[in-house]
Amino acid sequence: MPSWPAETKYISQSTPRVDGEAKVTGRARYSSDIQAEGWLYGMILRAKWPSAKISSVNLDKALAVPGIKAAVVVRDGAFTIRYYGEEIAAVAGTSKQACLDALRVIEVTADVHHEFVVNESEARKENSPRVWENSPNAPTNPHVRENGKVDDAFAECAAVIEGFYSTAVQIHHPMETMGNTVSWTDDGLKAWSSTQGISSVRDGFAGALKLDHSKVRVITDYMGGGFGAKFGAGAEGVLAAKLSQAAKAPVRLMLTRFDQALAVGNRPSSFQKIKLGAKADGTLLAFDAENYGTAGIGAGGDGGGGGGGADIPMPYLYKVANTRVKQSAVAVNAGASRAFRAPGNPPASYGMESALDDLAVKMGMDPVELRLKNDPNPIRQREYKLGAEKFGWQAKYKKPGSSAGVVKTGVGCAAGAWPAGGASRNTQGEAQINPDGSIEFRLGVQDIGTGTRTVIAVVAAEILQLKPAQITVRVGDTNFPPGPGSGGSTTCPSISPTVFDICNKALEQLQTQSGIADARGENWFTACKKLGVNPLVVHGQWQQGLSADHACGVQFAEVEVDTETGFVSVKKIMGVHDCGLIVNQLTLESQINGGIIMGMGYALYEERVMDDLSGVVLNPNFETYKLPGIGDVPEIEIVLINMPERGVIGIGEPATVPTAAAIANAVANAIGVRVFSLPITPAKVLAALGKAPPATA
Amino acid sequence: MKNSEPENIGAHSRRTFFKSLGTVAATAATSQVRTIGAELEKINSEKIIGPGPVPVTLTVNGEKLKLMIEPRVTLLDALRNYSSLTGAKEGCDRATCGACTVLLGDTPIYSCQKLAIEAQGIEITTVEGLAKDKRLSKVQLAFIEKDALQCGYCTPGFVMSVTALLKKNFHPTADDVKHACAGNLCRCGCHPHILQAALKAAGVEHAAKTEVITYA
Repeated sequence: MPSWPAETKYISQSTPRVDGEAKVTGRARYSSDIQAEGWLYGMILRAKWPSAKISSVNLDKALAVPGIKAAVVVRDGAFTIRYYGEEIAAVAGTSKQACLDALRVIEVTADVHHEFVVNESEARKENSPRVWENSPNAPTNPHVRENGKVDDAFAECAAVIEGFYSTAVQIHHPMETMGNTVSWTDDGLKAWSSTQGISSVRDGFAGALKLDHSKVRVITDYMGGGFGAKFGAGAEGVLAAKLSQAAKAPVRLMLTRFDQALAVGNRPSSFQKIKLGAKADGTLLAFDAENYGTAGIGAGGDGGGGGGGADIPMPYLYKVANTRVKQSAVAVNAGASRAFRAPGNPPASYGMESALDDLAVKMGMDPVELRLKNDPNPIRQREYKLGAEKFGWQAKYKKPGSSAGVVKTGVGCAAGAWPAGGASRNTQGEAQINPDGSIEFRLGVQDIGTGTRTVIAVVAAEILQLKPAQITVRVGDTNFPPGPGSGGSTTCPSISPTVFDICNKALEQLQTQSGIADARGENWFTACKKLGVNPLVVHGQWQQGLSADHACGVQFAEVEVDTETGFVSVKKIMGVHDCGLIVNQLTLESQINGGIIMGMGYALYEERVMDDLSGVVLNPNFETYKLPGIGDVPEIEIVLINMPERGVIGIGEPATVPTAAAIANAVANAIGVRVFSLPITPAKVLAALGKAPPATA
Repeated sequence: MKNSEPENIGAHSRRTFFKSLGTVAATAATSQVRTIGAELEKINSEKIIGPGPVPVTLTVNGEKLKLMIEPRVTLLDALRNYSSLTGAKEGCDRATCGACTVLLGDTPIYSCQKLAIEAQGIEITTVEGLAKDKRLSKVQLAFIEKDALQCGYCTPGFVMSVTALLKKNFHPTADDVKHACAGNLCRCGCHPHILQAALKAAGVEHAAKTEVITYA
């Protein structure tokens, strides 16, 4: 079994990202920066109604707009629109201005339906308008999972709490919207895609356009974030391809921010009715939950990333002997969900960890103690103890609502995990070692901002005893040996062992060919020179024993709540996380910060707001859909548990899981009452305090 | 419009503005009508530009950029789609995300909210223009050192906002940096490192509070 070196020079240290210079100088070419020879601008026309039957789309006037080279309808014949923002047609022209003009003159003949539903609880009613004609919005038989004797067990509990905890639909909103530049000619299709999965995009194009995989090449040099939404070719990709074919020119079609908010994925909402009971010593005995949420018109749209459904893991991290869980997804007339950073986990953590805190309060127990009593995971046990000590939990935790004054302080904690993850065992890669000693790695993965190139350079530099700057890394091309999509926190544990294998095979061959016993470090150039004229190309693949899965984490939050305005200010978050062997500490820190900040948005700001009467999304851009800004971000303190013996584990998802629950618990601790739904807006805080009427649903 | 002198640019925007007021002005109070009427008369005597392409000369990173573009083309659109300067990014096209931030003179602006024709005659600096003789600026170096970026799409905007801050404030506090970057969004959540990088560029070391503990 291979193993990572015990003493390291680069692994577990901090190397600035190798593509940092390209990114801070503007030299990095993102998918939306591609200017292929003769390229055209592309834009999409979207439905302005939540429900309609389109009988015809006339593109003649659009095609007559000066500069317009092609226009296509999303599909032939009549078709049904099921949500505000669904694609109808697309145009390509020599400028954005021409496209804007053309979209305005497309004639759509539509029978607009006035019966639709965008509200989850309305959609569940029997007489609700149907999103899909042939099936009810909510299943008549929800999934039920039952262990033990739940009803009997509640009778034996010393304390029981009940709560209805809900979370809102969250939009991915990567800073670079989705889209591609597509060139489709008789020779095949080439797409520069803003994607997390070059292979799944290749397969998506091939499938939708009936092309051989070998005729499709996908390139992603740089892309501006994905968070689970960017795995497929997408309707926008297919439309760009059709426009390219019709116009006989490459078409760059990037979504507008409005498009992004309406049609390309989100995290489903959740409405969790939870009943939780424990014995007098705090041992959880009974759990009864019913959850529903909406994935819009359907779950896991535009796959490749999988997941994204409305079901969540309950009772999350805890083993409760008597458990009953009933779940159902509810269809509404809104854009479909997609996998979103740790699908299912943040809402599950929010519901369960909130219920745990409410139970702790009812029992007069310290929330950390209640968790130590019930969390079966030894690593989290350690993390809670360590974190509580460093955070100063004992001194900071006070009776709920007991702090003096108008601005009240509170603390909270919560746990998360990412039970999936692990590695993609098919990951492959190659390195070309040139006689001049330069070396280039080629892996068919992509860097979504996590530092994939840097991880490859760090691992290679460590094994070859070179410097990371000496390693050239090329990723983001389906012509390279295949790697995984960047999802499920699998990239780092997939590529690190692969690079390890390539390096060892390269050394073996180089040593044989050069006759130098150890080609590493200072002997590297001498050995490479002996290759003569031909470079050495070495292929490697993922190896067992160098990576693992199931990262954990606990977080502590400290907040201030103004009880006159309802405004919540997060003062501090401490994240105690493990991810096996730390590969590069600097970029790891960035990912954990990012997870925490995204979780903070989920806790306090982010919500897709639908208008029940018109069926439109009311906040489809950043002035109304609020993301955390630099002024909102608290002090973040990270404690990393390094466990080299476990091998490499991804951190992207686990870091974002517990944040919202920890903040929600801190708010409840500050004001002495619970706000039962995310995001915790000032209005909800004031309503919980009885200072304002509750919002009408 | 052949002339790209700044005063004509001003006249252009005044003309457009008052023209749009025209119908309202007709029913407004008489004194205002007189004033506006006089303005309208003056500006209607000027040559109308557009809606077709017009020559526009921008001064970007010290070089002249000559374009034929419609007057409605924004500065961001002109840079990204009519030249190869794609460093400024489009995140919202609506003045809410700051990814398109460039300097107009020393002032950071949302280039998506400035028409290219209005940006003539003033020195424009994009992220591509910060490195001198291939030597990165202090801000750029600090962003790399502190890992103040992940996907990097918002990075040019943040780099420009911080650069603008340091031009007028050599010793910014953390609050100054937060204020300067209040108009920039980052979805990867790089804010703590961006703050450290901005302070580092101003000569203040501000380390991350990260502790590594080996599990035993």
